Amino acid sequence: MTPTTEAELADVIKAATGPLQVKGGATRDIGKPVDGELLRTTGLSGITLYEPGALTLVAQAGTPIATIEAALDAENQRFAFEPMDHRVLLGTSGTPTIGGVVAANVSGARRIAVGACRDHLLGVRFVDGQGNIVKNGGRVMKNVTGYDLVKLMAGSYGTLGVLSEVSMKVLPKPETSMTLRLDDLSIGDSVAAMSAALGSAYEISGAAMVSGATYLRLEGFDASVAYRADQLSTLLAQYGAIGRVAHAPSTKLWRNIKNVEVFKDHPTVTRVSVQPSVAPKVANALEGNANVDVALDWGGGLMWVGLRGDDAKATTIHQQLQQIAKREGGHATLFKASTSMRTSSSVFQPEAATVATLSAALRAKFDPRNILNTGLMS
Amino acid sequence: MQMPTPNPAILSRKGQIIERLQGVLPKGAVIHTESEVRAYECDALTAYKCPPLCAILPASTEEVSAALKVCNELNIPVVPRGSGTSLAGGALPTADCVILGTARLNGVLETNYPDRYIRVQSGRTNLSVTGAVEENGFFYAPDPSSQLACAIAGNIAMNSGGAHCLKYGVTTNNLLGVKMVLMDGTITDIGGAHLDAAGLDLLGLICGSEGQLGVVTEATLRILHKPEGARPVLMGFDDTEVAGACVSDIIKAGVLPVAIEFMDRLCIEATDAFSNAGYPMCEALLIVEVEGSEAEIDHQLSLINEIARRHNPVELRESKSAEESAAIWLGRKSAFGAMGQINDYMCLDGTIPVSALPLVLRKTKELSEKYGLKVGNVFHAGDGNMHPLILFDANKPGDLELCEAMGAEVLKLCVDVGGCLTGEHGVGVEKRDLMKHQFTTNDLEAQMAVKDVFDPAWLLNPAKVFPLDTSEARRVAAE
Repeated sequence: MTPTTEAELADVIKAATGPLQVKGGATRDIGKPVDGELLRTTGLSGITLYEPGALTLVAQAGTPIATIEAALDAENQRFAFEPMDHRVLLGTSGTPTIGGVVAANVSGARRIAVGACRDHLLGVRFVDGQGNIVKNGGRVMKNVTGYDLVKLMAGSYGTLGVLSEVSMKVLPKPETSMTLRLDDLSIGDSVAAMSAALGSAYEISGAAMVSGATYLRLEGFDASVAYRADQLSTLLAQYGAIGRVAHAPSTKLWRNIKNVEVFKDHPTVTRVSVQPSVAPKVANALEGNANVDVALDWGGGLMWVGLRGDDAKATTIHQQLQQIAKREGGHATLFKASTSMRTSSSVFQPEAATVATLSAALRAKFDPRNILNTGLMS
Repeated sequence: MQMPTPNPAILSRKGQIIERLQGVLPKGAVIHTESEVRAYECDALTAYKCPPLCAILPASTEEVSAALKVCNELNIPVVPRGSGTSLAGGALPTADCVILGTARLNGVLETNYPDRYIRVQSGRTNLSVTGAVEENGFFYAPDPSSQLACAIAGNIAMNSGGAHCLKYGVTTNNLLGVKMVLMDGTITDIGGAHLDAAGLDLLGLICGSEGQLGVVTEATLRILHKPEGARPVLMGFDDTEVAGACVSDIIKAGVLPVAIEFMDRLCIEATDAFSNAGYPMCEALLIVEVEGSEAEIDHQLSLINEIARRHNPVELRESKSAEESAAIWLGRKSAFGAMGQINDYMCLDGTIPVSALPLVLRKTKELSEKYGLKVGNVFHAGDGNMHPLILFDANKPGDLELCEAMGAEVLKLCVDVGGCLTGEHGVGVEKRDLMKHQFTTNDLEAQMAVKDVFDPAWLLNPAKVFPLDTSEARRVAAE
């Protein structure tokens, strides 16, 4: 089913007699595999409103990201939260949509500087599990009118309702960018260097460690970027020689980092969110295991753990990561895995009892028949 | 403004209720004499007052939990209160409610500079959070005008903003985690020092829920290193619409100032007389502030000045020193106090798309003439968060009602041009009855369903946010 209007979407959900599998561009097979009739949002497509002077863009949920980016490019603007494109890592095809990005709260490297997708989401329209059309938020930068269901919908993976339209904050593109590169740091030193940089006044917009190299991104006006690069080079002198990557290669580098292309050949990938100083502890716990590779983003706050070897071995390590995340505060999600492994694992970090109870009760309110992407977030 | 009739069954049991609360709280934590509870009869929306049944001041999460258990068991409404600086009546009591004040929850629990967060008890004031980290060069970004007094608990309840949120975001964008007590006394942690939720984003839901979902006792907040420096430029225009167009052009140009503040003639005159800020007398004044190193500031200000010159400003005054910066900000920061000196006023908080600024300013002026009430405009122009101040005489019978009627028209106008009723103050009681103008029945049902989950008996701050007739069935069922 591919409804082409919000009203049709509401009718389809109202008339549903069994579970529905909700999908946007289907580039992201994440979460517990779900049953049900396929409900695509790709029929709800098009930019509804774009006001560059107000930094606002409203689009129907099924609008391809590429369409939106083309419109933003023309005005020299962008989504500052830098959504990941999952196709390379997950080996999928299809067209990523804005609804999919919002439903999974997809944010890239710049999340540490400007916030996540949810922080750039100004408003939503969605259809709940009973076919009611609901709106929340709007298209203004500041809005505290009523409860913030906008945040609730971001990252709810279609389990509370099916998005029909989203309203986003957009930002101007910077004049230029540059990346500082530090080589051969241990994970501990890499995180320490990234923390020193992120805790400075020099406005880092990306801090990652991939394949042994630590990268710090600077964006802004030409003179400002050069100035901050000099200041940081002094600040981080103790960590060894610091290379510089110019704007064009830097842009390409961060596209690879945000899309986690480094693990495209790994059959299993777990994504771990912890406070940055915990990342070296997690890495130490995995040390010596030849089947494990680690990449860091968000200054160490986001760990990508690439796992080689069979599902049984990968499952053990994924479980270990969820235990560490539970102990240290944070969460681990099975991001890429075989269907059978996703079926038998806790894909999402099991929640503390009270949080789990509240979340289940919210789902029961928004989707009382339990038909929307049932069980996906478990 | 209507409030629900107090429950006589609660009023008649006052003595017993106080005894029960005294049984679970330390000596002096239950305030119940007539003269003492008067301190809690209103917040900063002073037009409405009502002394509560009693007020409690717990000093720990466990005490909050114990007190809420008692109230839950006895079916007594609880109104959480930070520092009582709400401009929307968010902490306005009813005669049958217990005020739960966070004043004694004011400690710093943990600071972590490498991971850039601070964990505090929720009654701590906004400014003292920055105070706890500034010697290490850090600050907490959201800066509501009341930051000297307002508590983090209230900031979270209302998702407070401030002048600098154009760059740094509002409370919800700077909040990493909370410890919260549900109405039944359950203590729960939501979020933490890491980024983003494992499952549903309950943290995002709690922030801005106006104390209706739970009582936040601790908060983990993102802290940032201070910029090397900041300097504003002040620009005057002889036309408010031109000033509005200038704002839009600055934003489009790719410079992202940390603040763009707007004042109109009435506010310029009042604040200048009050603070001797030396403002130019003109129709509209903008204060645009940028941050960075000296060279970066110079560069950004030169771009901004170039844009401003295209709009023929009558004044363009770039600060060259800390003293000049302070002088430029002086008037803006004292604007609300200055307006209060010349008159009683009601401060609105509607937010509009920046592109609708000229239209809304024009229509507000028309409404001002229609109602015969003066309006001053002082607001965060960069994000369209208007603050029209409608002047009225509190001693003149009927004037408050006239002012409320005009306020309602202005807020409806904000909604009609694509904006919202409130950008940073919250709905409280003030905008409660206008919610149906912005939301459909389905929209409100979805929000009330959230309250049903967190507070099934509708005991936490029940008479706020939702129109009374809309929430009545739920509130009555709870009684």
